[in-house]
Amino acid sequence: MGKVHVKMTVNGQEMETLAEPRELLIHVLREQFGMKGPHIGCETSHCGACTIDMDGKSVKACTVFAVQAESADITTIEGIGTPDNLHVLQAMFREHHGLQCGYCTPGMITRAYRLLQENPDPTEEEVRFGMAGNLCRCTGYQNIVKAIMAAAAEMNAAKEAAQ
Amino acid sequence: MIPGSFEYHQPHDVEGAIRLLQDLGDEARVVAGGHSLIPMMKLRMADLGHLIDLRRIEALKGISIDGGTVTIGAMTTQHELIESKMLADAAPIVREAALQIADPQVRYCGTIGGNVANGDPGNDMPGLMQCLDATYTLAGPDGERQVAAREFYEAAYFTAREDEEILTSISFAGTAGGYAYEKQKRKIGDYATAASAVLITKNGGQCASASIAMTNLADTPVFSDEASDALVGTSVDDAAIKAATAAAVAAIDPAEDNRGPVEFKKHVAGVILARTVERAWSRA
Ligand SMILES: Cc1cc2nc3c(=O)[nH]c(=O)nc-3n(C[C@H](O)[C@H](O)[C@H](O)COP(=O)(O)OP(=O)(O)OC[C@H]3O[C@@H](n4cnc5c(N)ncnc54)[C@H](O)[C@@H]3O)c2cc1C
Ligand code: FES
Ligand code: FES
Repeated sequence: MGKVHVKMTVNGQEMETLAEPRELLIHVLREQFGMKGPHIGCETSHCGACTIDMDGKSVKACTVFAVQAESADITTIEGIGTPDNLHVLQAMFREHHGLQCGYCTPGMITRAYRLLQENPDPTEEEVRFGMAGNLCRCTGYQNIVKAIMAAAAEMNAAKEAAQ
Repeated sequence: MIPGSFEYHQPHDVEGAIRLLQDLGDEARVVAGGHSLIPMMKLRMADLGHLIDLRRIEALKGISIDGGTVTIGAMTTQHELIESKMLADAAPIVREAALQIADPQVRYCGTIGGNVANGDPGNDMPGLMQCLDATYTLAGPDGERQVAAREFYEAAYFTAREDEEILTSISFAGTAGGYAYEKQKRKIGDYATAASAVLITKNGGQCASASIAMTNLADTPVFSDEASDALVGTSVDDAAIKAATAAAVAAIDPAEDNRGPVEFKKHVAGVILARTVERAWSRA
C-alpha cells in the first residue's frame, strides 16, 4: 500500500518523511530520523523502553503509527539533554546509579521528565505509581526512584533560587 | 512486530467516519487510542484493510454534566477522566477505577469509548458502566440509538454495536453514597484476575440500594441483581456480605487461563467483592 507523507516536530526540528501507514512511530524515529535514544524492548506495549513525549504526554512509540504523529510535537531523550549539557534527571541518574545496562534509561528519563512537569514535588509513592509503565531488569528500581526524587528536589531548589 | 498493510483515514466528523465504514465494509475498523487494537494488529490477530482514526473528531471529546447527568465523549482518555475534578465530584468511582487501568502511558492514549466498545472481558470500564447503569449512544447510517451498558455485551468481543455504528458517548447519573472499585492483578498494569465495582446508599444505618458488577470473571462483565438484593435492607454486616458474595460467585463463570484455575478465580472474586462492599459501605 502506498506511502504517505508525514511531518512532525522532533526535538524542536521539523522532520518529514514518507511512511507506510503500518509503520510504527518507533521505527520511523529510529530508522528514518536517526533518533536511536528511544529503544525497542518488548514491542508489545509493556516495557516503556520506547517512551517518547508526544504533545505533552508520555507515549509508547511502539504503539502508535507514524501517520498518527502527523503535526505532533515530539521530544525524545536526545532533546532532553546532551553529553555536555546533561538534564538534571540525567545527572541524578548518574549520581544515584539509576542505571546499570542502560537499556531502559532513555524511556525512564523521558517518562520522569513528563511526570515532574505534571507533579513537580512527588512523594516516593507517586513516583513509583507514575513510573509504573517503565520496566527495568537490572536496578530493582530503588535507585531510579532515588534519582527522580533527587532531580525533583534539585529542580525545585533551582526554581526557588531564581525567584 | 509489524502489522499487515492497511490504508489510513482521518475523518473530521462522525458522519464522515460512518460514511467510510459504509463504503469500505468489512475491511474497515475504527481506531481510538489504539492501545487494544494496535497490539492485536501487531500480533496479526486483527487484520484489516482500512483504519479509520477518530482522533480528529472534536465532537467525540470531553466531559459534561447537566442536571445531574454525566456525559462523556467516546474519545475522552483515561488520563482525562482521572484529571477531571468535575467528574471526581459527580462520580468518584470512575476516577478510582481509571487509576487501576494499565499504566500512565497507556492511560494517556486509551479512551473510554475504546475500552467499552472493545468487548474484551478484561477491560475494566464495561463492568463499571454496568454498575453505574450507564447508557451508550451509538451513531450509524440511520441515526442515533441508545443501548444500556447492561444490555450491550453479548460474548467476548461481541457487542450490540453494528459494524457501521460508532459509539459516540456514554452517559449516567451522578452518584451519591458509597463507592469502591477493587481489582486483584498479578502486577501493576495487568488486567484483572478479578475486579468489582460497587455503589451503595445508606438510610438510617441500613443499606437503601446497592449495585454490584464484576470484571474478567466471565466472557462478558457480570452485573448481579441477586448480589445487590442481598445487601438491601441489611446493615451490611458479615452475614449480608457473605450472602452477597455467594450470590455474586454463583453468577460468574470464569475460565481457566494464565491467571489461574476456575476455583482460584472464584475464591479471589469472593475476597475482592467482600473487600469492595466493605469499602463502599464505609464511605456511604
Ligand atoms: C500494557 C497494557 C495494559 C492494559 N491494561 C488494561 C487494564 O488493566 N484494564 C483495561 O481496562 N484496559 C487495559 N488495557 C487496554 C487499554 O485500556 C485500551 O486503551 C482500551 O482497552 C481501548 O481503548 P483504546 O482507545 O485504546 O481503543 P482502540 O484500541 O483504539 O480500540 C479498541 C476496539 O474498540 C473499537 N472502538 C474504539 N473506539 C470506538 C468507538 N468510539 N466506536 C466504536 N468502536 C470503537 C476499535 O475498532 C477496536 O476494535 C491495557 C493496554 C495495554 C497496552
Ligand atoms: S518497546 Fe514499546 S513498550 Fe516495550
Ligand atoms: S538498567 Fe538495565 S534494564 Fe534498566
